[in-house]
Amino acid sequence: MNKHVSPKMNRRAFVIGTAAVGTGLAISFDPVFGGPAVARAADGSPEVNAWVAIRPDDTVVIRIARSEMGQGSLTGLAQLVAEELECDWTKVTTEFPSPGQNVARKRVWGDYSTGGSRGIRASQDYVRKGGATARVMLIQAAANEWKVPASECTAANSIITHTPSGKTTTYGKVADAAAKLTPPADVKLKDPKDWRLVGKGVKRLDTPDKVTGTTVYGIDVKLPGMLNAAIKDCPVTGGKLKSYDEAKIAGMKGVKKVLKVGDTAVAVVADTFWHAKTALDALPIVWDEGENAKVSSASIAKWLAEGLDGGQAYVGNSNGDTKAALAGAAKTIEAVYNYPYQNHATMEPMNATALYTADKCEVWCGTQNGEAAFAAVLEASELPAEKCDVNKLLLGGGFGRRGQTDYVRQAVLIAKQMPGTPIKLLWTREEDMTHGRYHPITQCKLTAGFDADNNLTAFHMRISGQSILASLRPDALVKGMDPATFAGLNAKGDAPFGYSVPNLLIEHSMRNPHIIPGFWRGVNVNQNAIYVECFMDELAHAAGQDPLEFRRKLMKDHPKHLAVLEAVAEKIGWSTAPPQGIYRGLAHFASYGSYVAAAAEISVTDGTKIKVHRIVAATDPGYAVNPAQIDRQIAGSFVYGLSGLFYGGITIKDGAVEQTNFDTYDSMRIAAMPKVESIVMPSGGFWGGVGEPTIGVAGPAVLNAYFAATGKRIRSVPLRDQNITFA
Amino acid sequence: MANLTINGKTFTLDVEPDTPLLWAIRENAGLTGTKYGCGIAQCGACTVHMDGVATRSCGISVAEAAGKKITTIEGLASGTTLHKVQEAWIAQDVPQCGYCQSGMIMAVAALLNDKPKPTDADIDEAITNICRCGTFQQVREAIHTIASA
Repeated sequence: MNKHVSPKMNRRAFVIGTAAVGTGLAISFDPVFGGPAVARAADGSPEVNAWVAIRPDDTVVIRIARSEMGQGSLTGLAQLVAEELECDWTKVTTEFPSPGQNVARKRVWGDYSTGGSRGIRASQDYVRKGGATARVMLIQAAANEWKVPASECTAANSIITHTPSGKTTTYGKVADAAAKLTPPADVKLKDPKDWRLVGKGVKRLDTPDKVTGTTVYGIDVKLPGMLNAAIKDCPVTGGKLKSYDEAKIAGMKGVKKVLKVGDTAVAVVADTFWHAKTALDALPIVWDEGENAKVSSASIAKWLAEGLDGGQAYVGNSNGDTKAALAGAAKTIEAVYNYPYQNHATMEPMNATALYTADKCEVWCGTQNGEAAFAAVLEASELPAEKCDVNKLLLGGGFGRRGQTDYVRQAVLIAKQMPGTPIKLLWTREEDMTHGRYHPITQCKLTAGFDADNNLTAFHMRISGQSILASLRPDALVKGMDPATFAGLNAKGDAPFGYSVPNLLIEHSMRNPHIIPGFWRGVNVNQNAIYVECFMDELAHAAGQDPLEFRRKLMKDHPKHLAVLEAVAEKIGWSTAPPQGIYRGLAHFASYGSYVAAAAEISVTDGTKIKVHRIVAATDPGYAVNPAQIDRQIAGSFVYGLSGLFYGGITIKDGAVEQTNFDTYDSMRIAAMPKVESIVMPSGGFWGGVGEPTIGVAGPAVLNAYFAATGKRIRSVPLRDQNITFA
Repeated sequence: MANLTINGKTFTLDVEPDTPLLWAIRENAGLTGTKYGCGIAQCGACTVHMDGVATRSCGISVAEAAGKKITTIEGLASGTTLHKVQEAWIAQDVPQCGYCQSGMIMAVAALLNDKPKPTDADIDEAITNICRCGTFQQVREAIHTIASA
């Protein structure tokens, strides 16, 4: 692809700009759908526009700005472009334009960030326009060649036909001419009812290489003369590297260099990673752990508990006069829940490869946010934008972790000390487990009031705990409040509360321990769905009502929430008794623009062993681009969420994370996998997310079923702390 | 130095005898399809076949592997003909991120070699690989599809 250096690029302004866009704030850009100068792909084939290059053999190369971490957006985004392009799907291939190319071309590909279940919903409009614009230009090029009006020509399957004469040509034959045309100012997108490819569960485009071991993830990068680095960062966040005794590892095989990385870490660079890691393990290191070394899970829990009643709180949603209504209630119910820190534990540990020379810094890595990674390269290398780039690779898992760029920065800081030598930095699993960006910890007190007729009159929910934005995006706080905390609890927006209660108060007492929080698949939905949906179940039982009927009465004004809940209730057979020994639970929630629900069937042995037999799940994401992938995202989200519920929980001792590997932070295996039956029920008219929304509902559905089975409420996560496991 | 037979080829590698087989395969033999996930034989991402037995290569030293017939994901297919597990994985669209799938496929191939028609209980017992994306439903379906073919 041709590279153009943007003359006005200012590193500082760019870094600030990408920092803002990296988390999804709206920032305007002007997608350029073609132009008189022909840009060419690396193989010389012409770009019809930024999204579409077509080779002479009719191969269609679709550019994908968002990252692929398993969630399937690469295929879904290609479907959206191909739908409007009217190309032959069997000839589609994809490529990632680099963040440096995006900057050089005035952000022609828009936002690269891949989080918040935004990959498709936030770019569907302009990628479809990209496909439609290219189609119009290809047809026009054929019409020009034939000297006929374009209105007499149609395109399908990469073939253009002049209807009156029956003449045909292919996209590959006219692509060069099309690339020279001025793009149309406006194009009309198809009505969704006319979609032929979008809405179909076509197979992923990235599968074949993944079954033969040929996919190159960041960890697999090989460059000529490359060395490998292992790193240890201070175990206590906020602490520093004091000293290390390099002499003790002098002469160890393969070791090339021992170096300081920033103020907090030390790395060993060697010929192989195994040699680097072995030497690092033998290196005596002294840390200055600082004040945070006094913090423990117990001290955090105590501090959070104080926030359940005392101190200031931000109000996220309220109506009526909840405190007065509770004071005047005929009956009140109260419960306290909690949800722990969780680590992402992507199967591929964090890694990045960097090559630094005096006039260039290039990085190869998996990242959920190519532009944020690019900004990190600029910052760490202190080189201008036109001298930096990031080569994006497929991710061995992301789940929110790879939206952060700490590992990219480290790789550049190491490479900068060894100019001219490519350095691959790989974290051990232990480093990955202890230096995460953890799902934040919270506790929650819920109080509800009923009138004498068992009608719910008041609902008070007070969350106490950590804010993600206060740590990662302080600029996104609203007068100090973290709006993301209220996912699924809002009065309106794309994560709305699903109940109408006459007196409602939902608030957050923000308490931020030193542990760095992060966006963990589903983010605050994970705990909020448990808090609300398990407590609603408690209220139904307190009122002596069926959990579905109790909810239904409060959901009259929330038809989309209700539709998914009723869909799962019907499919699981809620109105009829479950088989002997099987118990059911329900939950629903809305987030990332989608409405989701789950109904679980479980059995329990000895009160402590849970077998989850079946989960029926429904989602209304507005539009379903690839239902087969949505089905997989639902089942996959349940594995991730239930792993966190049963086995998860990161704990803190002496300021540091206690868990080190999968032996102490376990993950669900196939034996515990329930049968997941998904109902994909797009109702149209809006674009919701897919990767994250459903993660929240498996947990409360299972916990509510556990109550149905045992009469006991579980209000604390993870279940392993209560000696409850998968059967 | 160690001599290893990987995918039918002999490699003379400059490694210490206690080097985990995983790293010898990845870094010295240059076969990166076998993945590092935990280093303590918990996750199964590094699963290879050693004399036909599914083995977590991070927990085996090159000394122990010497003289054994090692097969990695790169050697599972016969030339250009994919192994039936690989074929089924494509047909069922099993992988998501795909990182654990080399190990998952090797574990499943070994299971099917021992038990061509495994029950769900057989699968639960033999397949203990971690997949954080959560592809288990597709893995199970694909195994049953192969078994019933």
